[in-house]
Amino acid sequence: MFLISFLGTIGRVFLGFLGATGRLGIFMGAAVSHVFRPPFYPRLLLQQMISIGYFSLPVVGLTALFTGMALALQIFEGSARFNAEGTVAYIVAIGMTRELAPVLGGLMVAGRVGAAMAAELGTMRVTEQIDALTTLSTNPFKYLIAPRLIAGTLMVPFLVLVGDIIGIFGGFTMAVQALDFNAGTYIKNTFDILTNLDIISGLVKAAAFGFIVTLMGCFHGFNSRGGAQGVGAATTNAVVSSSILILSANLIVTQLFFSN
Amino acid sequence: MATSQTTPKIIIRGLHKAFGSKVVLDGVDLDIGKAESVVILGGSGSGKSVLLKCVLGIVKPDSGSIKVDGVETVGMKGKERDELLRKFGMLFQGAALFDSLKVWQNVAFGLIQGRGMARAEAKAVALKKLGQVGLGADVAELSPAELSGGMQKRVALARAIAADPEIIFFDEPTTGLDPIMADVINDLIIASVRTLGASALSITHDIASARKIADRVAMLFNGKIHWQGPVAELDRSGNAHVDQFIHGRAEGPIRMQVLRP
Repeated sequence: MFLISFLGTIGRVFLGFLGATGRLGIFMGAAVSHVFRPPFYPRLLLQQMISIGYFSLPVVGLTALFTGMALALQIFEGSARFNAEGTVAYIVAIGMTRELAPVLGGLMVAGRVGAAMAAELGTMRVTEQIDALTTLSTNPFKYLIAPRLIAGTLMVPFLVLVGDIIGIFGGFTMAVQALDFNAGTYIKNTFDILTNLDIISGLVKAAAFGFIVTLMGCFHGFNSRGGAQGVGAATTNAVVSSSILILSANLIVTQLFFSN
Repeated sequence: MATSQTTPKIIIRGLHKAFGSKVVLDGVDLDIGKAESVVILGGSGSGKSVLLKCVLGIVKPDSGSIKVDGVETVGMKGKERDELLRKFGMLFQGAALFDSLKVWQNVAFGLIQGRGMARAEAKAVALKKLGQVGLGADVAELSPAELSGGMQKRVALARAIAADPEIIFFDEPTTGLDPIMADVINDLIIASVRTLGASALSITHDIASARKIADRVAMLFNGKIHWQGPVAELDRSGNAHVDQFIHGRAEGPIRMQVLRP
């Protein structure tokens, strides 16, 4: 009996997972198809771009700054064990652009933007504002979701590019001010090692993360049920699911770019 | 008011809807005539809201037919559905005003976004409609959160009638208002429906409101219409469900799911 109920539990969890994946897939298909079909709402798109891009700058900038500084310090201490302190500039540059700025920036945006979207759309759902849109001849996918998806996919790469620069600058500051590196050599090393691929792969990741964050924020908010508690759950689910998806998408994109 | 002899505006036949194992609508048949005001009475959770949402296409019925102006609307999508929805206006239970927009932008929303009217022109219409529900131009610039419940309902009413719809739905228009404000809303509903010559379908459990705004009343219970007739016959319906409901008795054929000690 124990075995049957145990297998039953596994089955239910698995079916629930398949169901959720299917619902998300249908939602994503509908959302993306509405991105390309008129009417478009440029005013709302601009509003979302400012809200996602401009207002996330402090969060992403500070994250990149502290990460770049800590990374420089760690690499310096670590590489000193085999007299390779000269690698600090290389590792900070590659580490920030390829990995740390996109991933940490994406996670910060998930916390800031994804949560806000889920809460906003969730409240609109439970107060029937989304139904009201429909009765006013306005498609909620076009009016609410398309501008958010486009803004997220465009603006997170912009944020990450800024994060790249600030992160490398953070490493530079730490190296020159605290670790007695020569400023000119550090800058030269940074530019020598960086290739277009390092930066572009990071920006591609960022676009994928921006899409994930806004999609999950919209999906959970749009489908939230049952008042304040439902909106709370939607917010939590949006942040948790987009964080997990960011980390797994990061692995996939990294493999696509850099394996062999 | 006129109960029309011509084809009804909306014809609902055999409408079924279940959420999982919970059957909400179990074969609803209902007609709404041109320029007729029908009120559906029913207790909490009797599927009243779901019925309205089925007609609007927000909820997809499992089976059954909904004809508007003789055209089948179940399964309508995209442009067809958009065209259809232009005939409708709806007053939501909680007003459902967009809190990110000002009052006049809420009222003008359907005109600007739905019909592509120029902003200045739409604002003039919005101010006129706000005037019709007794709200001045000073209110137009406020945000919905700054208004009382009764004022929000009035703004929502102005929004529902802004595009001169042919059919207006009222979802519990007087719930949560004091008796005087409820009566003000009732009067506004009657006035705006008459002015537009629109068909109206309201759902409520407020008997006083129903008596005032209805031409015809239908009693919805357990997903079925148990009685319908002119509002004048409400008190001599001979239907035990209706009698229990209009007298507000706990004992009767309608059993609320309450745990008793």
